[in-house]
Amino acid sequence: MSSESSAAPSVLVARRPRRAVGWGFFVSELGVLFRRRRTWAMMAALAAIPILIAVAIRLTDGGDGRGPAFLDRITQNGLFVGMTALVVSIPLFLPLTVGVVTGDSIAGEANTGTLRYLLVSPVGRIRLLVVKYAAAAVFCLAATVTVALAGILIGIALFPVGPVTLLSGDSVSVGESLLRSLLIAGYVTLGLLGLSAIGLFISTLTDAPVGAMAATVVISIVSQVLGQLSQTEWLHPWLFSYYWLDFADLLRQPIEWSSFGANALLQLGYVAVFGALAYGRFASKDVLS
Amino acid sequence: MSALAIETTGLTKRFGRQLAVDGVDLAVPQGAVFGFLGPNGSGKTTTIRMLLGLAQASAGEIRVLGEEMPRRLAGVLPAVGALIEGPGFYPFLSGTANLRRLDAADGFAPSASRAARVSHALERVGLTHAAGKKVRAYSLGMKQRLGIANALLAPRELIVLDEPTNGLDPQGTREVRNLIRSLASTGTTVFVSSHLLAEIEQMCTHAAVMSGGRLVAQGTLDELRRAGTTRAQVLVPASDAELAARILVSLGLPPEVLSGPETELTAPIPDGVAPEDVVAALVRDGVRVRGFAVQRASLEDLFVALTGEGFDVVQ
Repeated sequence: MSSESSAAPSVLVARRPRRAVGWGFFVSELGVLFRRRRTWAMMAALAAIPILIAVAIRLTDGGDGRGPAFLDRITQNGLFVGMTALVVSIPLFLPLTVGVVTGDSIAGEANTGTLRYLLVSPVGRIRLLVVKYAAAAVFCLAATVTVALAGILIGIALFPVGPVTLLSGDSVSVGESLLRSLLIAGYVTLGLLGLSAIGLFISTLTDAPVGAMAATVVISIVSQVLGQLSQTEWLHPWLFSYYWLDFADLLRQPIEWSSFGANALLQLGYVAVFGALAYGRFASKDVLS
Repeated sequence: MSALAIETTGLTKRFGRQLAVDGVDLAVPQGAVFGFLGPNGSGKTTTIRMLLGLAQASAGEIRVLGEEMPRRLAGVLPAVGALIEGPGFYPFLSGTANLRRLDAADGFAPSASRAARVSHALERVGLTHAAGKKVRAYSLGMKQRLGIANALLAPRELIVLDEPTNGLDPQGTREVRNLIRSLASTGTTVFVSSHLLAEIEQMCTHAAVMSGGRLVAQGTLDELRRAGTTRAQVLVPASDAELAARILVSLGLPPEVLSGPETELTAPIPDGVAPEDVVAALVRDGVRVRGFAVQRASLEDLFVALTGEGFDVVQ
């Protein structure tokens, strides 16, 4: 049969080595993530938080000193809107959006039936996990930067802007305080990486994305509740939410980097453990969706 | 046939205590259009999932395109196109964007030719006009076509199509059949699973039948037909029916008798009896034979004989 001989060489073509780094799939993953209306809706909701805060303060002309950190400073300097909004969104809103994106990562593909096609296309299973995680990390950054940026812009629009007085008493220029705001956004993003790894792992356990999303959000809440209880004090430094609100050190002169480093180490630990669990689960999983 | 595109030995898949696939030995020759038949739940899709590395075999060996699976998965899959248990696409992306996404997932696929390959694949399944539409707005048949287009994104050596004509109208079914023929004419091996027998009979060179997780028959279409019983059908005037029946019994062909204005007697022809000898014997004894036909078993008869009648199929 003639086709046998003609078919033989192309097997050799298939055996040629894989390109070392393929950015194509990562770019495609980001494209899918940011072309979804859901992603934009979540970003819009996050951007609405600083806008609501700023408008409320503007309309009531300050407050009575209660409320989240930095709130009372906003009327003097609009640059504090972004920081206040981050403090407000850290406990629930940011973990919620991160839970949606990471919980959906594998389970969502299984649910739409695209997981089997991705795997036979073929994208290696490890590559799929790595790309999904990287895209989730990009989303964490985009989400926190959205909150910070929307806060800065609405702050500039509604309040006077000037040099910012830091917690250490020093004063920094508007330009540097903007840089510090982005640095804080980076710190918050870093804090969300551990939760993202947990979400990715949970997403490999099920074909129901909603379940994985809910479980991830619940875990973030449980971690914060445990962090409030004095009975579990021994556990606190091991909770991924332990350093979430500790970005005040970035508002000192000179910057105190120790909590940044401790946070990075803790999140790295979570990424390693839950990355390994996700790999262990997904590498040998029967994809029957 | 020396080279096999797919070869399994003792392939077994156990889900808990249930054996979904039980010791299957498949042999799909290169260049064949191979029909993979079986009732729903007979283990066809599970077998396909194991061939493509989506599920792990509980026991047994798999070779695809001569390579051991799943060890050589990453090297083999780029040469394999597949439609598995219905299409799966992102509803919020267009047909083109979906194909580009799946092509980008393939680390081998050259990105330079991506746009051209995607539009060519869409053209081959007749979806060019709907390429920019969101998949959410596609009909079931259009999604099915898009699924087939995905299998055709790159030159393939093996194409696995699980129920490719599901949801297609008669024109679509005919186009898929033509597409499979044109793929086969270029030497591509096509592995088609279906429960539509007429479909398989029209386009396949080889077939295998699954039932209750076991492979109950496999071979070329002619071999399979030969395995079924060939029947003789004799048409005689009613007055000669009794005589004809006696003669048939004496030849080893106990007939079923269907009375009417003319009597129709049918009986399986045993090995070693030539149909022409049956006619000769009847005529010699004075039966006025008005019609005689040799009925070859259709694939459907064989299928039903192997897998059970009606809802009584083996589970």
